[in-house]
Amino acid sequence: MQTINILFLLFGLGLFGFYLGRGRSRAIANPLGGIRQLHSLPSYYGLHTALWCALPSLFILGFWLIFNEALINSIVMSSVPIDIAPIDTASYNLLLNKVTNIASGVMPRDGQGAGVVNAADSLSSLRVTSRWSMTLLLLVLAMAGLFWGWYKVSVDFRARPAVEKVMQNLLLGCACLAIFTTVGIVFSVLFESIQFFRTVPIYDFVFGLEWSPQTAIREDQVGSSGSFGAVPLFVGTLLVSAVAMFIAVPVGLMSAIYLAEYASKNVRTFAKPALEILAGIPTVVYGFFAALTVAPFLRDLGNSFGVSISSESALAAGGVMGIMIIPFISSLADDVITAVPQSMRDGSLAMGATQSETILKVVIPAALPGIVGGIMLAVSRAIGETMIVVMAAGMAANLTANPLDSVTTVTVQIVSLLTGDQEFDSPKTLAAFALGLMLFTVTLMLNIFALHIVKKYREQYE
Amino acid sequence: MSKATEHLSKIKHSLARRNRAEARFRWYGRIAIFIGLAAVAVLFGDIVNKGHGAFRTTYINLDVSYDQDLIGVNNLADSEQLAAGNWDALTKSALRTKFPNISGRSDKRRLNNLLSNGAGFDLKDRLLESPQLLGKTESVWMLADDDIDTYYKSWLAGEPYAARLSDKQVIWIGELHQQGLIKLQFNSNFFMRGDSREPEQAGILGAAIGSFLTLIVTLMLSFPIGVCAAIYLEEFAPKNRWTDFIEVNINNLAAVPSIIFGLLGLAIFINFFHVPRSVPLIGGLVLTLMTLPTIIITSRAAIKSVPPSIREAALGMGASRYQVVLHHVLPLALPGMLTGAIIGMAQALGETAPLLMIGMVAFIVDIPSGFSDPATVLPVQIFLWADSPERAFIEKTSAAIMVLLSFLIIMNTSAVWLRKRLERRW
Amino acid sequence: MSPAETPKAVKVVKKSKTAPKSKKAVAPKIAPVHNLDIGDHHVTVGEIFSDKPKMTMRNINVFYADKQAIHDVSIDIAENEVIAMIGPSGCGKSTFLRALNRMNDTVDGCRVEGDIRMDGEDLYAPKLDVVELRARVGMVFQKPNPFPKSIYDNVAYGPKIHGLADTRVDLDEIVENSLRKASLWEEVKERLHQPGTGLSGGQQQRLCIARAIAVSPEVILMDEPCSALDPIATARIEELIEELSQNFTIAIVTHSMQQAARVSHRTAYFHLGKLIEVNPTKQVFTMPEHPLTEAYITGRFG
Repeated sequence: MQTINILFLLFGLGLFGFYLGRGRSRAIANPLGGIRQLHSLPSYYGLHTALWCALPSLFILGFWLIFNEALINSIVMSSVPIDIAPIDTASYNLLLNKVTNIASGVMPRDGQGAGVVNAADSLSSLRVTSRWSMTLLLLVLAMAGLFWGWYKVSVDFRARPAVEKVMQNLLLGCACLAIFTTVGIVFSVLFESIQFFRTVPIYDFVFGLEWSPQTAIREDQVGSSGSFGAVPLFVGTLLVSAVAMFIAVPVGLMSAIYLAEYASKNVRTFAKPALEILAGIPTVVYGFFAALTVAPFLRDLGNSFGVSISSESALAAGGVMGIMIIPFISSLADDVITAVPQSMRDGSLAMGATQSETILKVVIPAALPGIVGGIMLAVSRAIGETMIVVMAAGMAANLTANPLDSVTTVTVQIVSLLTGDQEFDSPKTLAAFALGLMLFTVTLMLNIFALHIVKKYREQYE
Repeated sequence: MSKATEHLSKIKHSLARRNRAEARFRWYGRIAIFIGLAAVAVLFGDIVNKGHGAFRTTYINLDVSYDQDLIGVNNLADSEQLAAGNWDALTKSALRTKFPNISGRSDKRRLNNLLSNGAGFDLKDRLLESPQLLGKTESVWMLADDDIDTYYKSWLAGEPYAARLSDKQVIWIGELHQQGLIKLQFNSNFFMRGDSREPEQAGILGAAIGSFLTLIVTLMLSFPIGVCAAIYLEEFAPKNRWTDFIEVNINNLAAVPSIIFGLLGLAIFINFFHVPRSVPLIGGLVLTLMTLPTIIITSRAAIKSVPPSIREAALGMGASRYQVVLHHVLPLALPGMLTGAIIGMAQALGETAPLLMIGMVAFIVDIPSGFSDPATVLPVQIFLWADSPERAFIEKTSAAIMVLLSFLIIMNTSAVWLRKRLERRW
Repeated sequence: MSPAETPKAVKVVKKSKTAPKSKKAVAPKIAPVHNLDIGDHHVTVGEIFSDKPKMTMRNINVFYADKQAIHDVSIDIAENEVIAMIGPSGCGKSTFLRALNRMNDTVDGCRVEGDIRMDGEDLYAPKLDVVELRARVGMVFQKPNPFPKSIYDNVAYGPKIHGLADTRVDLDEIVENSLRKASLWEEVKERLHQPGTGLSGGQQQRLCIARAIAVSPEVILMDEPCSALDPIATARIEELIEELSQNFTIAIVTHSMQQAARVSHRTAYFHLGKLIEVNPTKQVFTMPEHPLTEAYITGRFG
């Protein structure tokens, strides 16, 4: 039976269980004087029954879905005759692929060895057996659960706390999903990176100055030496981010100051949302704008001054990224600036300071931790930005500090390494995960630090 | 009293300089805001400028005779005949009828290139719609090739771009224009068709539906889970290090670069769980993980804004904590949660990088009809078209961006409207 | 002029029509005044004006958007006097005080009409630089608000921005003098570079006073300076006010009648935005001219 049908069936059984449990509780209560004799409301008894019916089955279904295929695969592959048994990962995957394709009919049977065909047959039959037995098990469990729930219905049975306990764990599970996501990220990125570092030593990766990720398919292929030194990527990322912050910090900070301290209410109600629009524009749109409008414009501008600006310059990509980041800085700065108590401003103004002096010497120093935290978050955003640089920055690694040159960044390389036609285990694709590891670590540290500062600052005024 | 006057004169002396500094400072502020607003204006202006032309495209009107012998089809119910029919012959003969004095292979090729190479199949669809046309002649508006379209639009605008056309083609177009047989009409292909290698036939329907399906998966998963997590963290979680850790985690996840989620999807969902690539299901799973922190954070804020007095009143009447949450807190916090969900969906709609990782870069022509059909999403479609060399794709990409931005504007405005409408003042 | 002595007796009115006579001694009940509205016209009684005033205010009206907070107030403040402004909550004392150094300009929608002059100069003239005004008229606020800077930097802030010190040595001198005058020097001279926010409430308020006098203003406005402080700190500040009055003109808003009686030379009684009576302090608290003043100081409302 299809998975979706099983789910529907379980849902239907659960519903049935609900009405069953609820009905029974009412039936028990009525001769005794009504439902007030029961410990909990009838619907709780119904829910209790439904949960006992559906939840254990759902858990088993989940486990089966996750582990079934891997288990069957390993059983089939381990019972394959010696002569065609695979010796390493690549041939294992190849054989597995072949067997799977024959079993599903994509590849024709004739022309393949007997051992392979037998393996394919056993794969198919194992799959069928597994599914049928799982379905049977689920049904039995559901029925058992139904009966158990029905049996437990009694006047003294504390249905509501039991149900609420299950709810509590459900909610806890949802909250823990956040942890699982982080664990998942760390695990997946780390696992693949470790495999990568078996081929390319970590020292070469982090400190190497040459990035040209070629790998040989055959040993004797010309130009097969690949170097995976990531320093040009780090430098490129930092260069583009620096250009972006150079634009975003002054503009964002000054707009925040002006809107918070000087602007009239009308200007504020109009300008603030207008700046927020910049934050809502998808990055692919920025990338398009950068690649097709800003980069040619800069190149032509440079030519008219006799300066050669690459058409994939860090200036174009960084400039547009800076525009994207303006609202981040401006809204965070606005929050912290308005959080500074008015009494502090009054104290300064009452002594005859001008408004700009008050802002520069009293308000900003008081708001500084929050502003710094906001800037760090913006830097983290700039480092992790992908689409703008993919579309507007270059692909060739270039170790330079000149924003007029073309550079490539960590995110661009991750995309290019993973959207090619590559076998999953080759060092090229694994390099992407290693880059991802670097990216995740750096942004994580920046974020933790920045959020910590902002939080500490907020507590100052509460 | 000379000390007092000396004191006063010192103050007066510095005043002019300080007032100038004040005026300068204000100007910096105004300039900064101006830069920000100008950026918005330039961006929107540029996109609209590039893209508005794509909503109309060039059609050429010719007389088509649905000659059975020419096509090789005499029975419209026979699918084999239909598949093997020579539909291009219709367009070629129509062109030849219009311009009879053409000779030479290259000239003939150039003549055929006036029309889109899909025009023949469009005629087939027409014939299937109105079978009585078989054997008859009618005048039909047919889709022009993208080079013709680019040239014609630029010629109408006064700056003809004829780089990809031969002189003869320019002359033919001039003649057609004189006779009123070439016109710009509403580009329904853009909204009704999926992707194509030919710019004139490419449309955003496939990507739009793919986006829609992906967003549904995202919403169905992230909203319940996010709300449940927020309820747990706000109402039931004990104040210990474990919940602090969860909170730190959520705040961090909200700031992790989106491409990392793509790596996660690739490594775990595709490689470990063997979810098929490039389907709305996995796109939705990845986007769920990305949007979850945002929804949790906004839902928590909504729950926090419900005053404790209401909770206390309910508890005082003997409601259990769950009943307080379900019957009182949740309904009151729901508007804020919905607003947060809409904003989260708007962010998810515009995401590209993680979806690239899970394989949505494929060239997908068919319109997806289910959650496990291969699909792409609108931002990825924009990304793919932006790479294409044809000039006509620039126009289409900008138009697709306009469509995407309109969706986002609608979603964000409705979120703001919803918030204002359902705002309660405690 | 010497400060008023503490009044020895305050009249308590014992009118209670309905209280039954009983054997136990019952505390006398004060009959409240119910009609507190004094209508549109009124005349301020007492010694309102003076011969050589430092600041003169004529026909002052202050509006917050449509609501009028101060109604037609005229008064003089003499040089080197301490004038206290008392009255029940919400009667506009603070608003009036803030009009004197144009701090109301920072409040949206606040409008000041009338004539305010210091040494004959119109303070609301369009040409007048408000920055200069505030260097001449200083302010101390209700809640101590030292900047999150060091003690030294707090006091040095004013002289620095107004360019009053040419050298570092001058600045040090100004800081020390101000702290001495605010009688804070002995307590903080060892820790001038520690943050000002680390001091106790009373010390913080004295720091704010030192900060205000560091620019050598002519007038110091104090808006309920002791209401956030404990009695000991309050007593020290009140001593300070007495010393300061020898060099500065001080206008102090206070909700404590006893404090007004302790520190001021003249007292002005405000009531719902109108100035009812201005008289030497001793007179106001022993023989007030206006019946409303009497009702207030005897506690029949407020």
